[in-house]
Amino acid sequence: MQSSTIDESQTVLNYSHDADSASGHHEHPDLRMFGVAVFLVAESMIFLGLFAAFLIYKAMIPEFPPEGTELELLLPGINTIILISSSFVMHKGQSLLKNGDDVKGLQIWFGLTALMGAIFLGGQVYEYTHLPFTLATNLFASCFYVLTGFHGLHVTFGLLLILAVLWRSRKTGHYSSEKHFGVEAAELYWHFVDVVWIILFGLVYLL
Amino acid sequence: MTLQVERPPSSQEPKPHTVPHQRKWTDYFTFCTDHKVIGIQYLVTSFMFSFIGGAMAEVMRTELATPNPDVVQPEFYNQLMTLHGTIMLFLWIIPAGAAFANYLIPLMIGAEDMAFPRLNAVAFWMIPPGGLLLIVSLLIDAPQAGWTSYPPLSLVSGQWGEELWILSILTLGTSSILGGLNFLVTIWKMRMPDMDVYSMPLFCWSMLATALLVLIGTPVLAAALILLSFDLLAGTSFFNPAGGGDPIVYQHMFWFYSHPAVYIMVLPFFGVISEVLPVHARKPIFGYRAIAYSSLAIAFLGLIVWAHHMFTSGTPGWLRMFFMATTMIIAVPTGIKIFGWCATLWGGKINLNTPMLFGIGFISSFLIGGLTGVMVASVPFDIHVHDTYFIVGHFHYVLFGGGILGLYSGVYHWFPKMSGRMYNETLGKIHFALTFIGINLTFLPMHPLGMQGMNRRVALYDPKFQFLNILCTIGAYITAVSVLPFVVNMVWSVFKGKPAGRNPWRALTMEWQTTSPPAIENFDEEPILWAGPYDYGIDTQMLDEDQSVDELLAQASAEVN
Amino acid sequence: MNIPSNIVTLLIGVTITLVSLWYGQNHGLLPIAASEEALQVDGIFNFMMTIATGLFLLIEGALIFMIFRFRRNEGDETDGPHIEGNVPLEIVWTAIPAVIVFMIAIYSFEVYNQMGGLDPMAAGDTGTQEIAHHHSPTGNANLIALDSNGSEIALGLGSSPERAEDQTLMVEVNGIQYAWLFNYPDTGILTGELHIPINREVNLKIKAGDVLHAFWLPEFRIKQDAIPGRETQLTFTATRLGEYPIVCAELCGAYHGGMKSTLYVQTQEEYDQWVQSNTLAQTEPLKESVATNPAPTSQEQFLEPFVEQMGVEAETVNQLHALHHEM
Ligand code: HEA
Ligand code: HEA
Ligand code: CUA
Ligand SMILES: [Cu+2]
Repeated sequence: MQSSTIDESQTVLNYSHDADSASGHHEHPDLRMFGVAVFLVAESMIFLGLFAAFLIYKAMIPEFPPEGTELELLLPGINTIILISSSFVMHKGQSLLKNGDDVKGLQIWFGLTALMGAIFLGGQVYEYTHLPFTLATNLFASCFYVLTGFHGLHVTFGLLLILAVLWRSRKTGHYSSEKHFGVEAAELYWHFVDVVWIILFGLVYLL
Repeated sequence: MTLQVERPPSSQEPKPHTVPHQRKWTDYFTFCTDHKVIGIQYLVTSFMFSFIGGAMAEVMRTELATPNPDVVQPEFYNQLMTLHGTIMLFLWIIPAGAAFANYLIPLMIGAEDMAFPRLNAVAFWMIPPGGLLLIVSLLIDAPQAGWTSYPPLSLVSGQWGEELWILSILTLGTSSILGGLNFLVTIWKMRMPDMDVYSMPLFCWSMLATALLVLIGTPVLAAALILLSFDLLAGTSFFNPAGGGDPIVYQHMFWFYSHPAVYIMVLPFFGVISEVLPVHARKPIFGYRAIAYSSLAIAFLGLIVWAHHMFTSGTPGWLRMFFMATTMIIAVPTGIKIFGWCATLWGGKINLNTPMLFGIGFISSFLIGGLTGVMVASVPFDIHVHDTYFIVGHFHYVLFGGGILGLYSGVYHWFPKMSGRMYNETLGKIHFALTFIGINLTFLPMHPLGMQGMNRRVALYDPKFQFLNILCTIGAYITAVSVLPFVVNMVWSVFKGKPAGRNPWRALTMEWQTTSPPAIENFDEEPILWAGPYDYGIDTQMLDEDQSVDELLAQASAEVN
Repeated sequence: MNIPSNIVTLLIGVTITLVSLWYGQNHGLLPIAASEEALQVDGIFNFMMTIATGLFLLIEGALIFMIFRFRRNEGDETDGPHIEGNVPLEIVWTAIPAVIVFMIAIYSFEVYNQMGGLDPMAAGDTGTQEIAHHHSPTGNANLIALDSNGSEIALGLGSSPERAEDQTLMVEVNGIQYAWLFNYPDTGILTGELHIPINREVNLKIKAGDVLHAFWLPEFRIKQDAIPGRETQLTFTATRLGEYPIVCAELCGAYHGGMKSTLYVQTQEEYDQWVQSNTLAQTEPLKESVATNPAPTSQEQFLEPFVEQMGVEAETVNQLHALHHEM
């Protein structure tokens, strides 16, 4: 049996062989990226549901956001720019690995991405602590906190993914131009989080 | 789809024949990644829960035998009713569909396992805790707002019961999503090299449609429940009018999932029936492509009809008309299936064994539920019968008459494959007769009850409805008794049934090419796609009369090696 | 394939048609119809019942026939004929249901329009739009219920497009955990039972005080949810004297099943008399009429008179307030 190019890392999405397999089966191609993409479709439906609810409230309630719960734009604006640029930074790291087996480059650029993600989260925490309203102040406030909070959770998870990739990349040969599922998955996830933020920003802050 | 025996590419050298391992019984209690073990785990677990949900139904029916709430308190009745609905849907019929999908998909498409076996095991192991959360809630403070959990009632009728319900559904929903992801990727990407989509068994098509619905619908339910949780625990008011929120938004989000969910429940069993009928009628399925595409059409239409559950709610008139139209169109693809199945039987050589009986029972009862479904899709009529026993009648006919009878049909049909032994035909037929009489007696009188004025979800009702209610209760008892021959049959046959051999039904789909029960790696030898899944009636013309499928198979594999 | 001779097929077809037509009219499943609109709803139900009976007989009949006709003989191990499909046949059984549901949909649309379900649109040129313009007290517009002009579309049933809207009797309905309250704004009457005169259009404005309820009149085939924070409506004209049950059809708590009341359809004289005696009663000290005390804190007293009907013990009613959370 030809040895697979599959990275036997610890993710749940990992394709595994039973130890006792003496299989005579054709090897199927690595489906994990396809799996991640399908999973993200499902994830995006959660956000779609939340956005739909938000839009219905918006259409229904004449003054939305109501007085006293308007949002500041400057800090979130900067935050947005940071998050969007981090996607490009991340892509740079991934393409260095893919095209030139440059693990060092991967580490630098992914490290930078992680830093930017952390700044984004920090900015959000700062915003939360300085807003004049709380979760239960009114419907808009609730929507604001739940939407951004749920997104923040995703950023946190994405950040953890990036850190996991960095951790693993210390081992030589763990990632290479042929073996990069973890890198690709983390990147796809990060782009997803980014796109969701753009929509969210448009809806909650700008609309 | 003709007879084709192809030599696989020469690069694949014959492998040394290894003696197939067999499973130890303890494997079934572990985090095992074998899709066959997981399939059995799903199946057995879901039946365990069905007994609990069914026992609750029996208590409810006992209560409803008299107009007064004398057997149980109304409040407790509502808790039973809520848990009965939730358990039956989320812990019986949906996991049972996933059970067949897990067991059969890799075998049917000639793969050695699911695309993501470990994820698969994770998905299964979320079911028992999810179910336990519900059962435990009985001890604390069970939810009592119905399986729909409409706010504001769900916000004011017991905080912890409701929260446990939400956590349970979120767990089960996540499990469902992970399962759906696996099915989709496996069917789409892991078919054996010679199998194109049109030589897939129809069960795979219906699971494809189911998986799409799961992936698109379930996350929206999760979103609704997250918001409901915030209302419940954090004092927000997304759905609470007292704080400016809107309960109707919840209804839209809930039904955006829960209407498609009814097709998530029934589509797998449409697939099961499409497998069972051709085998036991010895005829190809009639209109393969029509039946395959109708699953996708049902899935698509299923996504745009949700507000038919809200015709009397906060839905403006023109929207009611829109949703009426889309709902009714679903009768067309469903009709294609029903007529296709009938035409499959027509002129066949029907072997009236237990799977076939349940299969025919399925068509006949699902038909009734479907016809009442089209009736309630008509807005003026639904305004009358919404939230009455007419609806209860409708959905039990489609759920029990459709889903559960299909489930039993599949259980008997694949029992020889799963256990390696035959079940007892006589007990199986008794099971069918009792079930069929029982459910019709239970659920048919519900239709006149609803039209006459009996609302649902009540523990106390007008004495003038008592007669029909007693009929329902008797029917429910008969259904409960019917479980006995089933359980006895299954338990006895697993140990003592007569050995089944590879292919007792002489069926053509791939799962019958391997041993029963299948080896750990599914196929000892590279499986061969030597006929379409439903090519019945060809061998008798082209080959020796007395050459059975088994022999053909042996010959085919001999040729290859 | 073995198709029975044409004559037999024809006979079966005629029989199924006749039986369906007969059963569609004589099923006896629906209760008395007490309004014009109810008869129309029965009309559409009968139509659907006819079709359903036909399909039922056709398919169940075919199944039973096949069980006997196409049984495998003992020991016969051969397969049936290799027939994979038949495109014209498949087109037929796709087209016929499509036509049938199209007819049902058109018919339903007609009936629904007659019932006043599309009132604001239908009445767009006759100028009877007021009904649609009662803004709910919270100022919420209706969910996705805004038409292009920004005016609201009725939630529920408005006036039938054919009925000249004059002299509509307005009643405000309030659903609270486990009772219906009726308020007649013209006369100031507040009661727990609904009295209306025969042959006069009645418009109910439905609200809810705590959770969702649904106002259902089985003999009138109409139902509308009562939604807290939002107003819905039902319009109907009774054409038959008598007493009819009013049922709550949306789960609203433990005693949802006991949330019932009665609708009295009376002659104009009887109705006037009732109005008179009640306006008098209302000016007297309030304790007389149970229904005049809708404060939620007095649920137990309020429900006491209904205990008999509900078939519940007095103590269980007393437990109600424990159950009744502060909203
Ligand atoms: C497996 C589950 C299942 C299935 C398959 C269906 C199938 C259908 N359902 Fe059902 N439904 C439920 C489960 C299901 N339902 C549940 C659980 C509820 C209640 C939820 C709750 O409130 O708790 C519900 C409630 C429900 C309502 C809301 C009623 C109300 O609360 O007021 C409506 C309204 O439109 C509806 C319609 C339909 C229709 C049109 C179909 C169609 O798909 C049926 C199509 C099939 C056929 C029509 C038969 C075969 C076709 C032919 C033979 C062709 C020729 C036929 C014609 C031309 C008519 N259903
Ligand atoms: C697949 C789904 C499914 C199935 C199979 C059933 C099966 C049954 N259902 Fe249920 N039902 C629902 C789904 C289902 N139901 C849903 C979704 C609701 C709506 C809930 C809501 O309104 O929120 C509902 C509501 C509902 C009601 C209406 C409650 C109300 O509105 O007040 C009634 C009333 O008669 C009822 C009865 C029954 C009966 C008698 C059976 C019988 O067929 C059950 C037969 C019994 C068994 C299969 C098990 C018998 C076994 C034993 C008794 C042995 C016990 C052994 C041990 C404990 C070890 N159901
Ligand atoms: Cu009020 Cu049910
Ligand atoms: Cu539905």
